[in-house]
Amino acid sequence: MDLPLIWSVLIATAVMLYVLLDGMDLGVGILTGLARSDEERNLMTASIEPVWDGNETWLILGGGGLFAAFPLAYAILMPAFYLPVLLMLAALIFRGVAFEFRHKAVRKPTRLFWNGAFFGGSLAAALAQGLILGGFIQGVEVEGRSFAGGAFDWLSPFTILVAISVAIGYSLLGACWLVLKTQGEEQKRARRFALYALAGVALCFAAVSLATLSIDPRVTERWGFSMDHINPAKLLPLAPIPLAGMALVILAARDLLWDVNAPDWRPYVYSAGIFLTGYLGLAVSLFPTIVPFEVDIWQAAARDNALGLMLVGAGIMLPVILIYTGYVYSLFWGKVQPGDGYHD
Amino acid sequence: MELDALILSRLQFAFVVAFHILFPAFTIGLAAFLAVCEGLWLWTKRDVFKRLYLHWVKIFALAFAMGVVSGVVMSYQFGTNWSVFSDKAGSVIGPLLGYEVLTAFFLEATFLGVMLFGWKRVGNRLHFIATCAVAVGTTISAFWILSANSWMQTPAGFATDPETGNFYATDWLAVIFNPSFPSRYVHMMLAAFITTAAVIMAAGAWQVIRGHSSEPTRFQIRMAAGTLAVLMPLQIWAGHWSGEVAHEHQPAKIAAMEGWWETRDVQPTVLFGWPDEAAEKNHGEIAIPNTSPILFPKAEGQLEGLKAFPEADRPPVLPVFWSFRIMVGAGLVMLALGLWGCVLWWRGRIDKPGLFHMLAVPAGSLGFISVVTGWIVAEVGRQPYTVYGFLRTEDSVAPVSAGQVATSLLIFMVVYAIVFTAGTVYMARIATRGFDDDETGPPKREHRAPGSPLGSVSEPAELPYDTKPAE
Ligand code: HDD
Ligand code: HEM
Ligand code: HEM
Repeated sequence: MDLPLIWSVLIATAVMLYVLLDGMDLGVGILTGLARSDEERNLMTASIEPVWDGNETWLILGGGGLFAAFPLAYAILMPAFYLPVLLMLAALIFRGVAFEFRHKAVRKPTRLFWNGAFFGGSLAAALAQGLILGGFIQGVEVEGRSFAGGAFDWLSPFTILVAISVAIGYSLLGACWLVLKTQGEEQKRARRFALYALAGVALCFAAVSLATLSIDPRVTERWGFSMDHINPAKLLPLAPIPLAGMALVILAARDLLWDVNAPDWRPYVYSAGIFLTGYLGLAVSLFPTIVPFEVDIWQAAARDNALGLMLVGAGIMLPVILIYTGYVYSLFWGKVQPGDGYHD
Repeated sequence: MELDALILSRLQFAFVVAFHILFPAFTIGLAAFLAVCEGLWLWTKRDVFKRLYLHWVKIFALAFAMGVVSGVVMSYQFGTNWSVFSDKAGSVIGPLLGYEVLTAFFLEATFLGVMLFGWKRVGNRLHFIATCAVAVGTTISAFWILSANSWMQTPAGFATDPETGNFYATDWLAVIFNPSFPSRYVHMMLAAFITTAAVIMAAGAWQVIRGHSSEPTRFQIRMAAGTLAVLMPLQIWAGHWSGEVAHEHQPAKIAAMEGWWETRDVQPTVLFGWPDEAAEKNHGEIAIPNTSPILFPKAEGQLEGLKAFPEADRPPVLPVFWSFRIMVGAGLVMLALGLWGCVLWWRGRIDKPGLFHMLAVPAGSLGFISVVTGWIVAEVGRQPYTVYGFLRTEDSVAPVSAGQVATSLLIFMVVYAIVFTAGTVYMARIATRGFDDDETGPPKREHRAPGSPLGSVSEPAELPYDTKPAE
């Protein structure tokens, strides 16, 4: 069995689930910045309060899994992204405690502070994750078994573009989630947010894809597509990925623009699909390197006996986790009511 | 001492982990307390247990949130600041942490949602199961993380790759149940229960002093005093067990804890003194001679003093020596208060304010003090190694610049200061408000299942129930 390969798929899946789930609640956090009233803001947070902690656990599985399965990659990437990781952690701290604290704060200034911390923390966490992703795609400098670049290597026009894209993408997921969880006037507004975010996502999708192709000749080579030549034998089998992405953008736009009677879950599913295609595209570009473009998954992998032991655990526990996570989501299924959740 | 990336990373790690452990120490115990309260409520149908539950779950929600966010920081620290260690030890420690996420973190985080928000949607029985799931999750989490930490203290069941110098496991059971794990797990779990009991007792005593004691107050102060009186003796035994294990595997740590410099057949117990590393002796030492055969009956041959170890292999003596005394001292005070509380209970005087209550209130912090100083003993005492005897701390550190680490340390200090201050204020508000306001609350609305203003962490602490903040 090729354990490193299996683990790279598992960790990629954990990260994908993280993006779809916590991306959604970070997105809701970003959208609270647009809330017009405290009622609306409370409704928004109430829609994610029971689940955000579980969502964030996928980030721990992603990080912890990387440590456990690919210690070398973890040991190179974390120092390389020291400052954006720090920014992400600080942002997640503020955001996580703001869930509880904003209800406790009675005086206006403290309440404003924690509302701001919730919005700002969500936005900063999304941006920081985008910077890390951008820096990852861009590649890091390695010498021996360590990171050998500088403290700000992760900062470039490209990474800033990716950071903004991630924030807009999360807002799309968040807005679609609100379409699912709200009704009436609130839902109308959520649809509008979703539509703007969708337009942004479409633009970013295109911009990032093109920019990625200019990052490294190996990526261009893989797609068989560059400014001066096209290699259909390579491009055609891969073309369905971006095409599916575009189709999903159109489908989502149709639902949001015209089809008010579309089931409320559909925009979210379409948006998740858009993320999935982007993610697959990335996988195609980078596989099998895990520290682009220096270390591959086999070089970075932990010992086989460590991977095997964890595979047993993951094989048993992941299905169980998915079952009870699904159970909890279904428990809280349905529209949130004003004053629902727990603050009343 | 020059402030290089190594020393800054050590400071940062010590700071963030000490901050983190405050919350597990409290939430592990509180989750168990909540499960007991809810179970008793279902079983006896007595309202008082539900009121205890509804009161403490609000504090639990706040503490848990702070535990989670500070824990997420921890899981990235290994990579950002100790990357060489992560590379070298990843194949051994990684799976233990991986199992912690898979078996504990998801369980806790997911069922916390049901516990706080689900009472309207699930029945009482299922809600109780959710509470238990969270409580069990915290103990499983402690199991794995303490196993990882203990392996670093007393590594076993592994070999070293000749090519890369990386560790890998040869016997997983020996890795997980390494020599210092059983004693450390028992000692830490007891520490968590004791810490929580001390807090609950303090909150109860405060109500008594204010003259606001109600039925739940009377219950909680008795439960807490009884818990302390029973668990503290066990803790002394478990601490002694830890000491024996440490003596067998990390004699330098014991020498630093005890303040022994010379190697002798029979050692004294140093009660107080000021260890001086340069002079290699204790100033102003007060000691009881010839006690080591009683404290370490199993030790054979000579008992090593610090001079038996090369200077480069000695841990910093002063923090280990003093932290140990503070931990034990705080423990003895909690034992005394627990026993005193039980005597008052027996004499029927525990609900009348008195000196006991005045002392019990500040003693609510002693558990935390013991936990943090205990970890300082364990962690500083194993220096200069991260993997004891095999990997030095100075060889574990990440290739990041001192400037980066200084920045992150500063940011963590500021962020934690804000979060911690706010969190403590909010928790103290709920705890000191006590139960009296609950009774004057409005009648529960019809469609509510019992206790659905649950997790009502949201009600403003200083306002009466029916006034909503101008949101
Ligand atoms: C004795 C127990 C204990 C110890 C020594 C530690 N922790 Fe911890 N940790 C817990 C007991 C715990 C817990 C009881 O499971 C927590 C505390 C409060 C909470 O919310 O869950 C938790 C939360 C927690 C979380 C968030 C989990 C979630 O989302 O539910 C992470 C990622 C970590 N911890 C990681 C660490 C690391 C990397 C540590 C070591 C350096 C560490 N913890 C020491
Ligand atoms: C939660 C309770 C813990 C506390 C309060 C604690 C405390 C500390 C302290 C004070 C140091 C600094 C020692 C020094 O530099 O002189 C330290 C070091 C260290 N600890 Fe812990 N620790 C805890 C748990 C853990 C666990 C569970 C692990 C690993 C699984 C761990 C891994 C380390 C490492 C790698 C270092 C070396 C870095 C350093 O020397 O600062 N610790 N810890
Ligand atoms: C009163 C008698 C006590 C004794 C003799 C004792 C002994 C010890 C010893 C020898 C260690 C070091 C273990 C090692 O490094 O391997 C230790 C660590 C520790 N102690 Fe205590 N202790 C006592 C009380 C307490 C109390 C009351 C608490 C908290 C409520 C506490 C919490 C801790 C913690 C959290 C650690 C670090 C984890 C560990 O290594 O077990 N201790 N203790």
